[in-house]
Amino acid sequence: MNALSLRGVAKTYGDQTHALKGIDLDVQQGDFFALLGPNGAGKSTAIGIITSLVNKTAGSVTVLGHDIDVSREAAKALIGLVPQEFNFNVFEPVEDTLLNVAGYNGIRRSVALKRTEQYLKRLDLWEKRRTPARNLSGGMRRRLMIARALVHEPRLLILDEPTAGVDIEIRRSMWEFLAELNEQQGTTIILTTHYLEEAEELCRNVAIIDHGEIVERGAVAELLSRARVETFVLDVADAARCVDIDAAPFTLRAREDGKLEAAVPQGHTLNGLFAVLQGAGVEVTSMRNKSNRLEEFFLKLVHREDVDAQGQR
Amino acid sequence: MSTQADTMTAQAARPSNAVAFFTIVRKEIRRFMRIWVQTIVPPAVSACLYMLIFGGLIGSRISDMDGFRYMDYIVPGLIMMAIIINSYTNVSSSFFAAKMQHFIEELLVAPVSNVTILAGFVIGGVARGLTVGLLVSFVALFFSDIVPVNLFITFSMAVLTSTMFALAGLINAVFAKSFDDISIVPNFVLTPLTYLGGVFYSISLLPQPWQTLSAFNPVLYMVNGFRYGILGASDIPVMHSFGVVLVFNLVFAGVAMTLLHRGIGIKS
Repeated sequence: MNALSLRGVAKTYGDQTHALKGIDLDVQQGDFFALLGPNGAGKSTAIGIITSLVNKTAGSVTVLGHDIDVSREAAKALIGLVPQEFNFNVFEPVEDTLLNVAGYNGIRRSVALKRTEQYLKRLDLWEKRRTPARNLSGGMRRRLMIARALVHEPRLLILDEPTAGVDIEIRRSMWEFLAELNEQQGTTIILTTHYLEEAEELCRNVAIIDHGEIVERGAVAELLSRARVETFVLDVADAARCVDIDAAPFTLRAREDGKLEAAVPQGHTLNGLFAVLQGAGVEVTSMRNKSNRLEEFFLKLVHREDVDAQGQR
Repeated sequence: MSTQADTMTAQAARPSNAVAFFTIVRKEIRRFMRIWVQTIVPPAVSACLYMLIFGGLIGSRISDMDGFRYMDYIVPGLIMMAIIINSYTNVSSSFFAAKMQHFIEELLVAPVSNVTILAGFVIGGVARGLTVGLLVSFVALFFSDIVPVNLFITFSMAVLTSTMFALAGLINAVFAKSFDDISIVPNFVLTPLTYLGGVFYSISLLPQPWQTLSAFNPVLYMVNGFRYGILGASDIPVMHSFGVVLVFNLVFAGVAMTLLHRGIGIKS
């Protein structure tokens, strides 16, 4: 049984905007799944439909065997949602936010109190339990939404850009937490993110959605093997001079910031690149990936200048 | 492993709407009790001023109304006025705030039926309406020595009326797009209807066509039904009062359920 199955799911806003054009998607139980796509691709609409926040125009959604049109409450009981935007009562203490959501999910108060303590401690919010949510920092608010989504211990956790706007340290700790949740508790996790490094690090399977359609899907490892070129940024003394080097099969380009960009085709090694540069008398003082491999694959797939610009930031 | 997973699925598939209902009611009551200075005290102060000025100062110069001291005559209407406004305002402001800050989504993604959501918010509104009504009744004890002649009619009319206006408050909140939209109805609809609904006078005093026109004001039936329960006197037969308030309750409940079912104002 799949954790999630979508069949022909479509959403049209008004008469014109086709946010989703009849997508099919299966996510296996226990998977850590990435749903990627540029802004406006339809990711949040798909999540909205799965979680009953958006009315679909057509198609069917099944959560662990429960069709949301037939047994909506049973399906919803199995889902935890961490939305993109903060959506809790900012005047309520942190503890009450979790207790209320536990109650909405039919969990008795005695159990809800224990779970609230458990998840607030696990997400380092226990000390803030009496604090109104409006007084929390951005990172704490993100963690509050994760704790809230887990308080009824869902079998399917959906996170819509959970690490947007949080610093790298908190982001890393969230990754560890989610990986642990997936591995130890077997919770199926679906993640949308703009940090493709996040998807590459955490997820086993991925679907890429663009203009309301799924344009690619498969195992992350398999998609990465199809990324034909990996690009590196090198610190060299005179990048402009390097572009004249006959570096085939590598491609060299001088960047505006004075660094050298080198494209390494699949099947060739960095040793080969360094051999070429060394032969031309170029000294490399440091090197980094321009973007991760999944990001390069993603950018090629969606072919968008605006996304390209975002990827380079 | 699969057995454990199936058991977990089966457990999760049986969410308790009763727990959800009590959670919503508890949250709603805690909300208005937490800000009691804004929600509970002002209506009691207003009622006190009405009784002091209209009942005490001006009322002492007015002859008996339907055989009752003017102060005694207006007390049921003042209590009902407080119940109506507070039941309505509680639900409209609470539901609208949940909608605007998007925490209504906590309920929409949870396995809570629309009936439970509606019942939870409405009972929260009824709780505030009756709490304020009780407080105004307590204040009235300092000005009047009336006691309800029929507790059942008094209580059931109070509950049905507050339910009706709590439902109306939710409908208003569903359509509201700004806080102005939820203050328009209490200020420009409810208050005039209440003032013209026989709180301060018997409609038998009105000339035609105002007496006939008053019959189209639903608040008239509620005020008079409640007055019948307390004083045993009314401009309207008490069964007509119950009939009107029941019909409005059914219509408003139907409209509210339809709105929630379609997700109007709360879903895309």
